[in-house]
Amino acid sequence: MNNNDIIRPENLVYKKPSLLNDAHMHYCPGCSHGVVHKLVAEVIEEMGMAEKAIGVSPVGCAVFAYNYIDIDWLEAAHGRATAMATATKRLMPDKLVFTYQGDGDFAAIGTCESIHSCNRGENIAIIFINNAIYGMTGGQMAPTTLLGQKTATCPYGRRPDLNGYPLSITPLLAQLDGTCYVTRQSVHKPASVRKAKAAIRKAFENSMQGKGTSVVEIVSTCNTGWKLSPEKANQWMEENMFAKYPLGDLKDVESKG
Amino acid sequence: MNDKVTLMKGNEALAMAAIRYGADGYFGYPITPQSEVLEKLEEEMPWETTGMVVLQAESEVAAINMVYAGASCGKAVMTSTSSPGFSLMQEGMSYMAASEVPALVINVMRGGPGLGTIHPSQADYFQACKGGGHGDYRMIVLAPASVQEMADFVGLGWDLAFKYRCVSMILADGLIGQMMEKVVLPEQRPRRTQEEVEKQCPWAVTGRTGMRPKNIITSLELDDDIMEANNLRFQATYRLIEANEVRCETVDTDGCDYLIVAFGSMARIAMKTMELAAQEGIKIGLLRPITLWPFPSKEVAQAAAGVKGILVPELSAGQMIEDVKLAVDCKVPVKHFGRMGGNVPTPEEVLEALKKELINA
Ligand SMILES: Cc1ncc(C[n+]2csc(CCOP(=O)(O)OP(=O)(O)O)c2C)c(N)n1
Ligand code: SF4
Ligand SMILES: [Mg+2]
Repeated sequence: MNNNDIIRPENLVYKKPSLLNDAHMHYCPGCSHGVVHKLVAEVIEEMGMAEKAIGVSPVGCAVFAYNYIDIDWLEAAHGRATAMATATKRLMPDKLVFTYQGDGDFAAIGTCESIHSCNRGENIAIIFINNAIYGMTGGQMAPTTLLGQKTATCPYGRRPDLNGYPLSITPLLAQLDGTCYVTRQSVHKPASVRKAKAAIRKAFENSMQGKGTSVVEIVSTCNTGWKLSPEKANQWMEENMFAKYPLGDLKDVESKG
Repeated sequence: MNDKVTLMKGNEALAMAAIRYGADGYFGYPITPQSEVLEKLEEEMPWETTGMVVLQAESEVAAINMVYAGASCGKAVMTSTSSPGFSLMQEGMSYMAASEVPALVINVMRGGPGLGTIHPSQADYFQACKGGGHGDYRMIVLAPASVQEMADFVGLGWDLAFKYRCVSMILADGLIGQMMEKVVLPEQRPRRTQEEVEKQCPWAVTGRTGMRPKNIITSLELDDDIMEANNLRFQATYRLIEANEVRCETVDTDGCDYLIVAFGSMARIAMKTMELAAQEGIKIGLLRPITLWPFPSKEVAQAAAGVKGILVPELSAGQMIEDVKLAVDCKVPVKHFGRMGGNVPTPEEVLEALKKELINA
């Protein structure tokens, strides 16, 4: 059989989403950001929402998300993405409005906006990349950094007496009346990638159906900040991160019946 | 009497004028002495009539970023606050300037620094006119001296903001915000349709209607040469605004012996000072800057030609006076008189100051 017999539409099992631009991604090899970008692009395309989608990118490694996914974007100041999404959705309720934020952006400098947007039940979706570190600025401590985890600003490991405790923010958000769907996913295995994609799709659909705020936390790797190879980073995440940040749905108003 | 004349507070006039303009959204956080803006809007419920969005945000930080987003979507959006809240908004102001989006921001000033007082002040002149946030940027600063101007400058502010893709600010003080006066509100205009917004603002983030190329609103540019080119473009816009949009009012400046340069409520007080002075045979003219930026430097220099001295009364330790001195190139004595901490001088006090600083000096 020659190649031309194999390369046919009916044999296609996988393709790059058309909404993923051909730009060179600046993400480090093994970083979760790239995988999540692909999922976001795929879901928007599959929902047929390319003309209606508006993303709000954060300050963090994903600041240039707007260069990679071929939709309209706002680039927020550090932490303010959900405030921007709030106004965007209220002014144009027929649009699909989502934020894409790291742990520093969403759960440190932006905590106030994050909690209040969720509490108001804004019809937005929040993609929250928890890699337990500040990737962009060179690996400093994040609100989600684990006890004992070494970073540039807790070089001997995070100590509760000096640095406080790791913040698990999604369970807090699940308690708010404004949220309709709060889930924790990962993208380190094919099965987890599929689950994460389904979660993103559900979050986007919820926002279009006016059900309230959806939060999809992706427990992620930052192999550069963690100073681990992609493979070791996945392993470290499974062994350490999942204990503090267990995967699964924290709230799904729909399934409650 | 004109049956369209109504009596209301300056702050209420801001709210009503916004609805009448066909505004798309207001986002704000309560703070004295301007909370009546949000209160009036909530009372009027414009979302039921024009479709205008009104939202009480969780902070001024959130409010200004909501405005940033709305402006980036090509919508006519605004916020109002008072001094401490305006300080919190500076990051957002800088981002909006860098992103070249049109917005209306109102500061009804109170006395500072710090939590200060809830009473009137003009001490945020530097912050408004010299750029309180980081980076090289300017915004158009309109200074109302009456409730009528509070109403009029809402529409003017938005028109200028959309014309130049910049932030317009109304810099009022607690006196203008709280006092009641007669006002004629503008006629109700319809809000622009989404199609009209997209036609007027082809750069706006609206979703890729018709699969047009994507629009991105960002203030980030890591290529130094492109970022410098961006800055040069901002500066070119500012030069254009300086050339076209200077506004001021002059009263009795022809043949006057002394000139008062004052804005906002201080200009209103100075009008009375002029009357008192005339009774004593002292000829005072008034120049009232309406745009604080761009500052009416040429007009001040013109009015100053031939006068014996200039008094710049301000509700501050003296901020606008620096621009007046620059305008006259130190060719005429320029003296400051001010009250602070929420205190407002009487017309008599201003006249005494003029005599002391310029006549008997
Ligand atoms: C007001 C402000 N403070 C600080 C910074 C510097 N800064 C940029 S990104 C960042 C942290 C980002 O970490 P996170 O949100 O976890 O994203 P990641 O890079 O890990 O994906 C910081 C502190 C900034 N840009 N603006
Ligand atoms: S620094 Fe970390 S979060 Fe940033 S791109 Fe690299 S691996 Fe990803
Ligand atoms: Mg992070």
